[in-house]
Amino acid sequence: MCPRGEPGAAPSIQGRGRARPWTPRAVAPSWPRHALEPSGPALSLTPDEWSALRLSLLVASVATLGSLIPGLAVAYLLARKAFRGRALLDGLVHLPLVLPPVVTGYLLLLAFGRRGWFGAALAEVGIVFSFRWTGAALACAVMGFPLMVRAMRLSFEAVDPRLEQAAGTLGAAPALVFLVVTLPLALPGILAGAVLAFAKAMGEFGATITFVSNIPGETQTLPSAIYTLTQVPGGEAGALRLTLISVAVSMAALLASEWLAHRARRRLAA
Amino acid sequence: MIAVAVAHRRGAFALEAAFTAEGRVTALFGRSGSGKSTLVDVIAGLVRPQAGRVVVDGVTLLDTRAGVRVPVHRRRIGYVFQDARLLPHLSVRQNLLFGRWLAPRGEGPDLAAVAELLGLGDLLARRPAGLSGGERQRVAIGRALLARPRLLLMDEPLAALDEARKAEILPYVARLRDEARVPIVYVSHAVAEVARLADTVVVLDGGRVAAAGPAAEILRRADLFPGREAGEAGALLHLRVAAHDEAFGLTRLDGAAGSLTVPRLRDPAGAPVRVGTSVRVRVRARDVLVALERPRTLSARNILAGTVVSLAGAEGPHAAVEIACGGAVLVAQVTRRAVHDLGLGPGRAVFAVVKSVAFDAETIGAGTEVEI
Repeated sequence: MCPRGEPGAAPSIQGRGRARPWTPRAVAPSWPRHALEPSGPALSLTPDEWSALRLSLLVASVATLGSLIPGLAVAYLLARKAFRGRALLDGLVHLPLVLPPVVTGYLLLLAFGRRGWFGAALAEVGIVFSFRWTGAALACAVMGFPLMVRAMRLSFEAVDPRLEQAAGTLGAAPALVFLVVTLPLALPGILAGAVLAFAKAMGEFGATITFVSNIPGETQTLPSAIYTLTQVPGGEAGALRLTLISVAVSMAALLASEWLAHRARRRLAA
Repeated sequence: MIAVAVAHRRGAFALEAAFTAEGRVTALFGRSGSGKSTLVDVIAGLVRPQAGRVVVDGVTLLDTRAGVRVPVHRRRIGYVFQDARLLPHLSVRQNLLFGRWLAPRGEGPDLAAVAELLGLGDLLARRPAGLSGGERQRVAIGRALLARPRLLLMDEPLAALDEARKAEILPYVARLRDEARVPIVYVSHAVAEVARLADTVVVLDGGRVAAAGPAAEILRRADLFPGREAGEAGALLHLRVAAHDEAFGLTRLDGAAGSLTVPRLRDPAGAPVRVGTSVRVRVRARDVLVALERPRTLSARNILAGTVVSLAGAEGPHAAVEIACGGAVLVAQVTRRAVHDLGLGPGRAVFAVVKSVAFDAETIGAGTEVEI
């Protein structure tokens, strides 16, 4: 699962070959010499930058896909059901939106760190979050969750319950009604929620760096890499390249979701 | 056979109604707010009453005392809503087959038969958003039928449509009654629809059953019908097409009451309705005159000899005179002054006079085979 083997041995953003004092885990680079030279056009990415991009896409995808089912469940509960503790759940879901990301990251560290509340028990069964890319995905999922739930909840609320009733009178059990009526009708909002969460995950910085640090190849996502590059002399070109890539990926995600939502809406209207 | 008894209170509104019905079409009639829709929602299982019992064809669907409550999706009760409620993300064909997929295997009409019955053949590939109101309602009816229901509930299926669309759908519903063999509970506040379709009428008023019985008996009673609809009350006659008079453009209908001459009846294709076809004719009480002698110099073509059975209406300007003509009963709405001047009373031999022009597409509906 780990894209680059042991975190400690992972290659790092090198700022054109300089050693980096900013991370205690930085080790001497072990890749071929030519990668250290500023060769080729300025727009081509260094292996480290590629690694940050790949890692970001992986982390954001896993965070989005992983929070999809819980997101749908919570959004549906909040949109349709009256139950004890509803306000509490609502508040809990929205907490990452209003807390400083550093606080969320620190809470995650307390909970899922190696000696955390759940971290120790999870480590027993082989699930480790601390200082792993999986931890970055968890942090991104938590931070994107409120955005995802808000969009999905709105779209569930917009589905006419009378259509669900009609499907019920035709013999569809509630679970089937959800699958074949509610879910397809809420699809534009569900897609929007997923894309928002993905975009948020691509840009998440505070909670991630607090929870899983900034380990190149393991937890160094695009924002962390950009941050690192801005901290070292000569890193501006790399920072700019990664910034452009960030913008492009986010734009592509937004356009893709707009297109999908448009198609879904057209299906309803035509 | 349907047996329903419900006690349900929501806010200031209390529904306390019970009825049993045998026929093919039972109409629930009443002004808005009388509890008709709540009552059908209870039958369908969409509303959970505080106390109640619903039995359809011997199957108990709800019995609060015995703790029986079959969930909506297992009741197998078709529901045609006022607003169609087609699933917008599915095609017409998928909408029609939705309930079919979920229904237990067995007898029942297939897609082709239902499409033919309701004239849906050309719509199958379309999406609900592209349909007219009338088309949507026809698809909704077909969808409910294909789920093979024990009972079909129709909650004012025509109320959201304009007059032209109503006239388009009504024949299909009549055909449904005659061909689909599914008992129907039809909710309406329009006398014309009830007269055209129902065998049994249950009148609701303020959450209670004000009257229930065979359609012909209930529709005679203007006092049961609210406001504007009171003028629509009258006799319901079952007649047969006897002959067409091409020269004058008239059709003669024969029945227990005698012969009626009405404007020529045509089927939807424009051809004269076949002789022998049975038709339901509503004779509005306000269209009937009463004469003591057979009028000879009057333009009205329908003069039926009969005997006054009863008088109703002790106050106000109007009185309703029930006249037995042969085996049927006509009602005439006349002034109380006329009753007084003519000395009308039970047992008095009179002539009921109806203008042929009083009959129109709204008051005449074919019972079987052909519609106009």
